[in-house]
Amino acid sequence: METPAIPVPQARSAVPASLRGLLPVLLALPVLALFQWLMSDAPFASYLLSVVGVNIILAVSLNIVNGMTGQFSIGHAGFMAVGAYISGVLSLNLKDVALSFLSVAVSDQVFFVVSLLVGGLAAALCGFLVGLPSLRLRGDYLAIVTLGFGEIIRVVVQNTDAFGRALGLSGIPQTSSPAMVYFFVFLTVLVARRITGSSHGRSLWAIREDEVAAEAMGVDTTGYKVRAFVISSFFAGIAGALFAHFVPIINPGSFTFVKSMEIVVMVVLGGLGSTTGAIIAATFLTLLPEGMRSLFTLLGAEGSLAQKVDQIRMPVYGLLLVVLMLARPQGLFGTKEIWDVLPRWIPRKRRGLA
Amino acid sequence: MAQLLQHLINGLAAGTIYALVALGYTMVYGVLKLINFAHGDVMMVGVYMGYATAFALGRDMRSSLLGVAVVFAVAMLGCALLGFFIERFAYRPLREKPRLTALITAIGISFALSYGFQLDIGFLPGAAPRAFPEVIEPVEWLVIGDRDVVVWNWQVISFGIAVALMVGLQYLVFRTRFGQAMRAVSWDHRVAALMGIPTDRVIALTFMLSSALAAGAGLLYAIKDTSVSPLMGLYVGLKAFVAAVIGGIGHVQGAVVGGLVLGLVEEFVVGYAASTWRDAVAFGFLILVLLVKPGGLFGRVAAEKV
Repeated sequence: METPAIPVPQARSAVPASLRGLLPVLLALPVLALFQWLMSDAPFASYLLSVVGVNIILAVSLNIVNGMTGQFSIGHAGFMAVGAYISGVLSLNLKDVALSFLSVAVSDQVFFVVSLLVGGLAAALCGFLVGLPSLRLRGDYLAIVTLGFGEIIRVVVQNTDAFGRALGLSGIPQTSSPAMVYFFVFLTVLVARRITGSSHGRSLWAIREDEVAAEAMGVDTTGYKVRAFVISSFFAGIAGALFAHFVPIINPGSFTFVKSMEIVVMVVLGGLGSTTGAIIAATFLTLLPEGMRSLFTLLGAEGSLAQKVDQIRMPVYGLLLVVLMLARPQGLFGTKEIWDVLPRWIPRKRRGLA
Repeated sequence: MAQLLQHLINGLAAGTIYALVALGYTMVYGVLKLINFAHGDVMMVGVYMGYATAFALGRDMRSSLLGVAVVFAVAMLGCALLGFFIERFAYRPLREKPRLTALITAIGISFALSYGFQLDIGFLPGAAPRAFPEVIEPVEWLVIGDRDVVVWNWQVISFGIAVALMVGLQYLVFRTRFGQAMRAVSWDHRVAALMGIPTDRVIALTFMLSSALAAGAGLLYAIKDTSVSPLMGLYVGLKAFVAAVIGGIGHVQGAVVGGLVLGLVEEFVVGYAASTWRDAVAFGFLILVLLVKPGGLFGRVAAEKV
């Protein structure tokens, strides 16, 4: 299996080292502001883009565990549920509170970010708890434990009055915006890419390739596995929290085994270990049903076929997995990133650190 | 006391069915080291085959002994065929690939089957659950006291069928040449091939056997539950898988014990605690067992080769 080249520190640069880390963030902010301005009067488009964004966060974060560390986790929707419910309950309770020294809109956003982070941290705690069994379990067994964990979360939520039981939570303030979603998309991707390039990432890759050998080389395998779980579930929690703040209602039905599998399909399609692959697959698979629906309506297949798109989606995902594994088991990009497979005439970044 | 006895009986009846489905998981895992995620969905397809057959037979026919035998035979043979095709076209090409690829394929097949059956296009049945026809007319077989404990005939029959199937399987695996070949392939399929064992054929037969078992178990489940739906495979399959892992996957007696334990645990949760917590308790129990014994109750954790 091919691994990315080891990053080479770049000595010559016009930007001082202390600023270089901040540069991506400083570049992202105006772009996101422009994006928000463009999206401000297109409610369906901004909803769709938010869903795409949430799925990107989920796929990229799952890729840290499934792709980079090789620990097959199939309970990602559980972490998403933790983030969504914890932050949703928090926002519901803080709905009528405002910081007096700020304007209402700004104060709302502050509370929103706080509840996002709390949701993410709660999910990270759960990730820690799930990561711990990986001290003892490997491979298939660990996959089953993550699956069981996701189902347990769902049942707990379904039976807790504070979480609205099977009805779910409604009336969560809709404070999320596409710009906010994409800011977290940006952060997730940044963290994922930084991990790949770091010595931390080397250890994760080593565990993925051969756990026994990695341990023999002195890699603290359990420590790294637990850390991968914590980071991944933190972002899944954030994604869930974002989701809770732009859909009108969240209920246990949104976070089943099926949702987990949807995320797994995205990661597998993109290529286990490829961050850009996960982004592209998540975008493609989220927009595919919408595209099919529009296409069928355009072709004049009124009603029947256009309505069946959602029904057809899941069997198609299943067959897609089978065909993909038979024809191209490494996914679209394998462990490579998109710039590794672009044609030669497109100018590339320097090799190594992305 | 009577209540306890009743729960024990119900738990055992449910447990034997889980055990039968779990046996299919365990056999395939033992031979191929593959978690056949699609096993539960093969079971579901078998139940629908039985459903269609029972309707085709008509009302009088299906409650006779011959009718029941025909329903079971059609479903089991149909599923054996389905299992053969799945193995041939989805798993065999991946045999030398990393185990994860086969697992993902299995999940894909599971989704294609369970959600494919939810469509209402052509002959597909649609998402709504349906009432399973009364193949075995329910009769109270044994009543103790003032209806304190009731044992239904279908409980006894399904217990009997399950035990017969298990004993048969035990005989097959440990007393026949085919069973010997299965165990050899399970031990090391490359060396088995060198010793002249037709590994492909053994694996295909194991798949067909496990699929047929799934169909039989699924029919027993449908008789108990009186309803069929395309998603039943996903959930019953998951439970049976939990049972297999609890017993130590790849271990025949372990699957039986795991199934019985899971059936009893679930029955007691429903009886003495809240029924809505049933699934959580099943998975919680699984995690607990794995934490204490990572290989399951009967399994051993194999030392990893470097």
